[in-house]
Amino acid sequence: MQTDTQRERFTIPIGPQHPALKEPGHFRFSVDGEIVTGATVRLGYAHRGLEKLAEKQNWVQNIYLFERVCGICSHTHATAYCLGVERLAGVIAPPRAQAIRTLVCELERIHSHLLWLGVSAHEAGFDTLFMYSWRDRETVMDLLEALTGNRVNYSVNVLGGVKVDVTEEIAQAIYKGLDFLEERTHHYLQVVSSDASFLQRARGVGVMTRQQAEVMGVVGPTARASGVTRDIRIEAPYAAYADFPPQVIVDERGDLEARFVVRLKELLESYRLVREILARLPEGELTVRMPRRIKSGETVSRVEAPRGELFYFLKSNGTDTPVRVHARTPTICNMTSVVRLAVGHQLADVPLILAGIDPCFSCNDR
Amino acid sequence: MILSEKGWQTVFDRIKTWARVNSPWVIHFNSGSCNGCDIEILATITPRYDLERFGVKLQGSPRHADILLCTGPVTRQARERLLRVYEQMPEPKFVVAIGSCALSGGAFHDCYNTMGGVDQVIPVDAYIPGCPPRPEAIIDGVVKLLQKLQQGEKAEVGDQKPGELS
Repeated sequence: MQTDTQRERFTIPIGPQHPALKEPGHFRFSVDGEIVTGATVRLGYAHRGLEKLAEKQNWVQNIYLFERVCGICSHTHATAYCLGVERLAGVIAPPRAQAIRTLVCELERIHSHLLWLGVSAHEAGFDTLFMYSWRDRETVMDLLEALTGNRVNYSVNVLGGVKVDVTEEIAQAIYKGLDFLEERTHHYLQVVSSDASFLQRARGVGVMTRQQAEVMGVVGPTARASGVTRDIRIEAPYAAYADFPPQVIVDERGDLEARFVVRLKELLESYRLVREILARLPEGELTVRMPRRIKSGETVSRVEAPRGELFYFLKSNGTDTPVRVHARTPTICNMTSVVRLAVGHQLADVPLILAGIDPCFSCNDR
Repeated sequence: MILSEKGWQTVFDRIKTWARVNSPWVIHFNSGSCNGCDIEILATITPRYDLERFGVKLQGSPRHADILLCTGPVTRQARERLLRVYEQMPEPKFVVAIGSCALSGGAFHDCYNTMGGVDQVIPVDAYIPGCPPRPEAIIDGVVKLLQKLQQGEKAEVGDQKPGELS
């Protein structure tokens, strides 16, 4: 038995420092020739122990900390945390604050999806697309900087509201930037569904059926590319998503091309949402008063991060520090699909399959 | 005119410094960072900021690299790997710590699983503060390091005796 399995089997260790991704994660692929026969993953290289540190700091200090769970989806983490704490305290942020939170969430989705487009094009060996998409991404980075003062880690949220306001000048800049990005996104959509050499890397590779997606519990655009209609923005609207509902983008094919198409169409949907929010931005206050001590209790807060469902559990005992904060991030849900889907593919396809779920190890390890 | 042995050595040293300053290859290692600095490093090498105009090339293997760009507070898991990447780099090698976490642990200095900065593990030549530093700051830091190399300051890390580092 042992000799049988060991015969012609070779294990290739990859990581934690590897040229494919910028984040530490260790993978072991057993291969038979070029074909992957088994895969394991070891995570935790970016584990800093944030959840434990959160128990030492007060509710306000923790906003700063949870923004730094992940530099790409920092606003989503802070929103999930703030919404949870506000629910525990029985406070509801004013409508204008909720709309601005939603606006920044969507701008962040735009920056994250463009970033992902570049990185996965790089994995496919298509560096031209990588450079173009990152050049265009600077447009949305400029908008985020104009709106919040920071390119990354925007610090928009405070408990009970937001601290930035949208002026007419910034709104006009955003409209202008989105027009440019919309045109470029239509171009990229055409590229990923018609470029012959790119399609050879993406079409029919890493196919995940709808049933597999449901069994493995994948979330976010990865699930939607397999035909699973799952989006927290619609299932359990938070912030201002009840007033500004997005359309769910679903693709039935489940391969890597579908994931590109779904994310690019989500970009177009985000542009529409941002324009709609700017056009119908409610008037009013930006913050409401929050108590220093939060009433004791437990709550769950769910938001749709660019990578999928982000889940926060918060527990308070009535003091100014939390008893427990737990975050479950989309990458851990999607990682099983990589280990499963890699089997049977060529080793050269594995980086693209991994990039296809848009992994974020720092979210995942916390 | 025939140069003495010492004269040739000077010529070779000048050529080496010229080559090193004009074409440094960098490797990026994430030792537990939140990704914020990493995406800014990537933004630095893409068209808007284009670090490649200084001859800087992002390299996948530590064995080909001159400069290690290091982000993150160094988690206990990543510490060993960081040391291994550093040891694999050929001499002379230089380390740039990018972001508040890499400088001092930053927001994570109290976490149980972090070492509190890259210089707790390996010697660092340049520090770039910020959470995360802007791409302009990263370019400034790398260019300052290159100027330092040109003046020949600490050009040969390997020449220094143990304990003399940083």
